Amino acid sequence: MNNIIRGKAFVLGDNIDTDQIIPAKFLSYNPSDPAERKYFGMYAMDGVPAGQSGLPDGNLRFVKPNEFKSEYNIVIGGKNFGCGSSREHAPLAIAEAGVRVVVAEFYARIFFRNCVNGGYLVPCEATERLVDQVHTGDEMIVDLAKSVLTNVTRHRTHVLKPLGDVAPIIEAGGVFEYARASGMVKK
Amino acid sequence: MSAMTLTEKIIAKHSGQQTVQPGDNVWVDVDILMTHDVCGPGTIGIFHEKFGRDAKVWDKNRVVIIPDHYIFTADLKCHRNVQILRDFVREQGLRFYYDPEFVKNEPGMPNPYKDPTKTTYKGVCHKALPEEGHVRPGEILLGTDSHTCTAGAFGQFATGVGNSDAAFTLGTGKTWLKVPPTMKFTFHGQIPPYLTAKDLILLVIGEIGVAGATYKTMYFAGQGVASLTLEDRMTLTNMAIEAGGKNGVCDVDEKTLQYVRRRSQVKQWEVFRDDPGAAYCFEREWDLSTLEPLVAKPHSPDNRDTARNCRHVKVDRAYIGSCTGGKITDMIFAASILKGHTVKVPTFVVPGSTEVHADMKRLNLRGAAKDTNEKSIEDILLDAGCQVGPSGCSACLGGPADTFGRLNSTETCISTTNRNFPGRMGSMQSAVYLASPLTVAASALTGRVTDPREYVTTPIQTGTAGVL
Ligand code: SF4
Repeated sequence: MNNIIRGKAFVLGDNIDTDQIIPAKFLSYNPSDPAERKYFGMYAMDGVPAGQSGLPDGNLRFVKPNEFKSEYNIVIGGKNFGCGSSREHAPLAIAEAGVRVVVAEFYARIFFRNCVNGGYLVPCEATERLVDQVHTGDEMIVDLAKSVLTNVTRHRTHVLKPLGDVAPIIEAGGVFEYARASGMVKK
Repeated sequence: MSAMTLTEKIIAKHSGQQTVQPGDNVWVDVDILMTHDVCGPGTIGIFHEKFGRDAKVWDKNRVVIIPDHYIFTADLKCHRNVQILRDFVREQGLRFYYDPEFVKNEPGMPNPYKDPTKTTYKGVCHKALPEEGHVRPGEILLGTDSHTCTAGAFGQFATGVGNSDAAFTLGTGKTWLKVPPTMKFTFHGQIPPYLTAKDLILLVIGEIGVAGATYKTMYFAGQGVASLTLEDRMTLTNMAIEAGGKNGVCDVDEKTLQYVRRRSQVKQWEVFRDDPGAAYCFEREWDLSTLEPLVAKPHSPDNRDTARNCRHVKVDRAYIGSCTGGKITDMIFAASILKGHTVKVPTFVVPGSTEVHADMKRLNLRGAAKDTNEKSIEDILLDAGCQVGPSGCSACLGGPADTFGRLNSTETCISTTNRNFPGRMGSMQSAVYLASPLTVAASALTGRVTDPREYVTTPIQTGTAGVL
């Protein structure tokens, strides 16, 4: 696993639910079909109300119209990120848009599990409220090994919580890889 | 041995350990895995990718597939997704699959079943799971749907998972769980005629917030819960996820056993209870006689208010359906208020399952088989001006633009469903008030959010509806 992730931040508020991350009308695409899977990137965050999309100003699109990748590759969220449905399409959509790491105050349980077990995203937890301190577009560096987030634009560093119990699964790249490495599932 | 909760005992048993404690990470054997048309194709894709094209599921009698989300739509990708499920069922020889045989992979909207008793299709998975005998006390049920927690009403551990988790279980029969601490919510007294379990769960969610039970078990206890029908208990556990809960549970009693004995595909189960002295991380008690009808205002299930306080809010439509509010008892609650009146706003009724739909045609307002010249529940709803659609998830989650009851513009809807996030029932400009079937029916008659106490005076008897 590459422990350093660098890129531009996209900032969202509290209770970003999975209907906002990927609205239900796009769930008919089959994520197992590569030709259809890329549309999850195109429509990632399509359901976030415009005023709250890309804080503090809002009215920023996470992915530009007709593009499959976002110019942002670190998502900053508030409380209860990923609440709502169990759709794995949510972490998949964020990852498909090019994001590797989300930093939120805390996560809804199923979203967190899906990030980890599916190996899509690293769900980091902050030790402070970041959504008021980071602006969309700020240049950020996440150091997963040291659990530190650096805001290059604003010359600030923020401490992240260690990944804890799930670190071995994240390092392995998901629950399948983890179970194979530990001998639970045949190679 | 230290005192344990029902949830801890189930997890301990399935992990082969004597005891477990909140915070422990354990691998458990899964009893039943359920998936549907939205998450099934992705799950199947991951299963094939990770275990191989010729891999077999761990136990073909323990996988249940229930298409329910996008059935009545002309979107061809949705028809294709049903076909992916069919191919997998055939390839694996799965025993429990409930096919919408009228979805034919051809252009246009599928023609719904004509007679709900003559179709293999069921409708909403969380309603169909117990109906078809896949829910039992003491078991572990995983489903690729967040409202899988509904089945906790039967004294089991049931929770929602994603596609990767489900694919892993398909191949191995196992999953890892972090043992959740338990929050205990006790209701004293008997349920009054103007309240349903929906009011109780909106009360709890309003109290602790949409993340108040994150990673935790919500245990609903007390005489008040015992006084609810089994179906109404399902409304409590169903919305545990709206407080972030990992699972919800109720105690097993004679009502539970009567249902399970009659329906279960497997004739053995084990009933667990909380030990005296079991540890709870949170406790709260209410007396049912002190509570009043509630709503959750837009755009969050914890945005609680009394129906009375919202009496000036105009609504453009009403919606009665979903795994939360589309059960036969919900239909009886609504029909009791609507009987002999005419709705003032368009009112969409979606039975939770084809069994519910059949019961709406078969039963009278007391939940008993109707006489030839007696009105059925469906007759009463149609006479009141409601539109009744085919069973399924329908507009509960918006869905494709041609979905029955979907909010396609700036409507304000009062609904028996479970989520009112921005755009949940369709358009981002729409707004949803969540309420009990009583409150929704009363509001449909006035065109404003209406406290059902103006309409309900005597207890509504639902008899054996939804049980036998
Ligand atoms: S009825 Fe609504 S909440 Fe229930 S499973 Fe269907 S979409 Fe989900």
